[in-house]
Amino acid sequence: MIEPAVAVRPLRPSDLVRVAGGGLRTRKIRAALSALGIAIGVAAIVAVLGLSASSEAGLLAEIDRLGTNLLTVTNGQTLFGQTAELPKEAPARIGRISAVTEVQYTGSVGASVYRSQFIPSIDTNAISVRAASLDLLPVVGTSVAHGGYLNAASAAEPVAVLGAAAGQRLGIDRVFPGERVRLGGQWFYVVGILNPAVLAPEIDSSVLIGFPAAETFLGFDGHPSTIYVRSQTDQVAGVQSLLGRAANPEAPNQVNVSQPSAALVARAAAQSALNTLFLGLGAVALLVGGIGVANIMVIAVLERRSEIGLRRALGATRGHIRIQFLTEAIMLALVGGTVGVSMGAIATALYATVRDWPVVIPPPAWAGGLAAAVLIGAVAGLLPALRAARMSPTEALWSV
Amino acid sequence: MTDPADARHIAYGPPTAVLELESVTRVYSSEPQVTALRGVSLTVREGELVAVVGPSGSGKTTLLHLMGTLDRPSSGTVRITGVDTRRMSDRQLSALRATSIGFIFQQFFLAEHSRVLDNVADGLLYAGVGLDERRERAVEALRLVGLGERWQARPTQLSGGQRQRVAIARALVGEPAIVLADEPTGNLDSATGESILNLIHELNTRGTTILVITHDQGIASRMPRQISMLDGRIVADSSGDVATTRGDAGSRADGSSRGEVLLPWELRR
Repeated sequence: MIEPAVAVRPLRPSDLVRVAGGGLRTRKIRAALSALGIAIGVAAIVAVLGLSASSEAGLLAEIDRLGTNLLTVTNGQTLFGQTAELPKEAPARIGRISAVTEVQYTGSVGASVYRSQFIPSIDTNAISVRAASLDLLPVVGTSVAHGGYLNAASAAEPVAVLGAAAGQRLGIDRVFPGERVRLGGQWFYVVGILNPAVLAPEIDSSVLIGFPAAETFLGFDGHPSTIYVRSQTDQVAGVQSLLGRAANPEAPNQVNVSQPSAALVARAAAQSALNTLFLGLGAVALLVGGIGVANIMVIAVLERRSEIGLRRALGATRGHIRIQFLTEAIMLALVGGTVGVSMGAIATALYATVRDWPVVIPPPAWAGGLAAAVLIGAVAGLLPALRAARMSPTEALWSV
Repeated sequence: MTDPADARHIAYGPPTAVLELESVTRVYSSEPQVTALRGVSLTVREGELVAVVGPSGSGKTTLLHLMGTLDRPSSGTVRITGVDTRRMSDRQLSALRATSIGFIFQQFFLAEHSRVLDNVADGLLYAGVGLDERRERAVEALRLVGLGERWQARPTQLSGGQRQRVAIARALVGEPAIVLADEPTGNLDSATGESILNLIHELNTRGTTILVITHDQGIASRMPRQISMLDGRIVADSSGDVATTRGDAGSRADGSSRGEVLLPWELRR
């Protein structure tokens, strides 16, 4: 007997997509609902990753704008735990380091500020008073919001400039002639209010006065307590190592040197730790979506016995049936995944735009979301596909 | 496209056998065991139009399963176009169905969301034919059943008779060696059923080999050859004007089946 040469042909990819897509089109609402589960899971994951990346990028952009070359020198402590003082010559000595481009400083004045003389003295609002040098603002990366800043003339007069937070706490949001605050038992006229200083938050909660005024009216000794140093960007590390010795050659260990931007970068990285929780929630949603897909596929196999039987009669092998149902499940999950990625991206874009962050959707987020969706579809569709393939064509066709 | 009927007239000698059953038995291993077919032997030759008739439970549906290679016999041989199906794998049987056997069902089994054209084209899906050619051939098959104009319609927009015509076109589109029809008029009113039977006759005169399974003696009597079944056996096989070859088949069958098959000349009084 001649052995038959009957060729079994796999479906072309385009036919496979047509056949599997046809299965989805016949049950649009149910397919859409089960894809929605996947979509929500993927959207949650993409949005969480996108938002955290965007907020980090926003913070880093802000830091970049303010400059990473700001170093601060503050007075440390003596061996005996007392507050050490920076020498008066420290700013000038630091200014002589060749890579240093700008030096400005403030000195802590031990006084409190009140809105008027009727405020109880314990209600200090945690506002400190600082004597400030005249070109401080650009160095700490802030500017005047209302009014003006100290100048050579006003620095010797009883006038004050309010930090952003200090102004809020005192209840002063604009500057007009005659506006004054009670500072160290005397009236100081308010000439300006500052914008927030991201790199030097201590300025925000301060009221700034001139060094000569502090000495004249409040008996301040003129010692700087914080020195703000801008260096050439490529020399930051070198300058940082020199600052202690330059500020106080006799006791360099009594000087604290720090780089505020480094702390902010660390904070940006730390924020993403919270995301684990939301990623977990997204994963749960994805799992539930996968169960939804598995559910619709199991039902589809039961409902479509006659279709399976017909296809077997038309010459489909078990493999043809298996791949059809598997492809259908994967396509369903892929549709959900694509919708989810778009939803997550749109949510990220909207929120980032509102917050003025750059929109960043990291490739691992959307690629990972899609890959997870496809994987879940494949796993969810496997068992129903095997069941469909195992179905006997005669039972499938004649027991409806 | 050349008319297959012409080709048949040109070919000399006895028409080739497209379907041969040799002492086929099918036992269902349920509790209790059911023997649906008991040593059935029959041959269908190219160009024949055969009715298999019998009451329900006579084994005609099981016979259809085996002839369509949707099921395997417990013993005996099924040959399609001379090819022994006994040693073929499930995959090979599927490919054989894709190329050599067409099915027509009582319930039509059309995909309601696909166009008529694509329903018919799906008849070639597993034969490895590309989409464009599938559609071209589907249009031709639709023209053959008188629905050339309705190729864009959905099955839900068609009457029952038109739906069955679509299903018939799907069975014909691959130009199979044999078309097996299971109660093709079972879901239709008598007038529509009549037109479907006329179509089947017309397709047969154009060269298609068709075997119709029916419980309706009236339908069977209009077919050139009728095979009557009862209790899993063929009790009568009346050949009409088609060249009879029963002597052949009888001599090939072994002794046991010889007793169960009544040859045509034994039936004629």
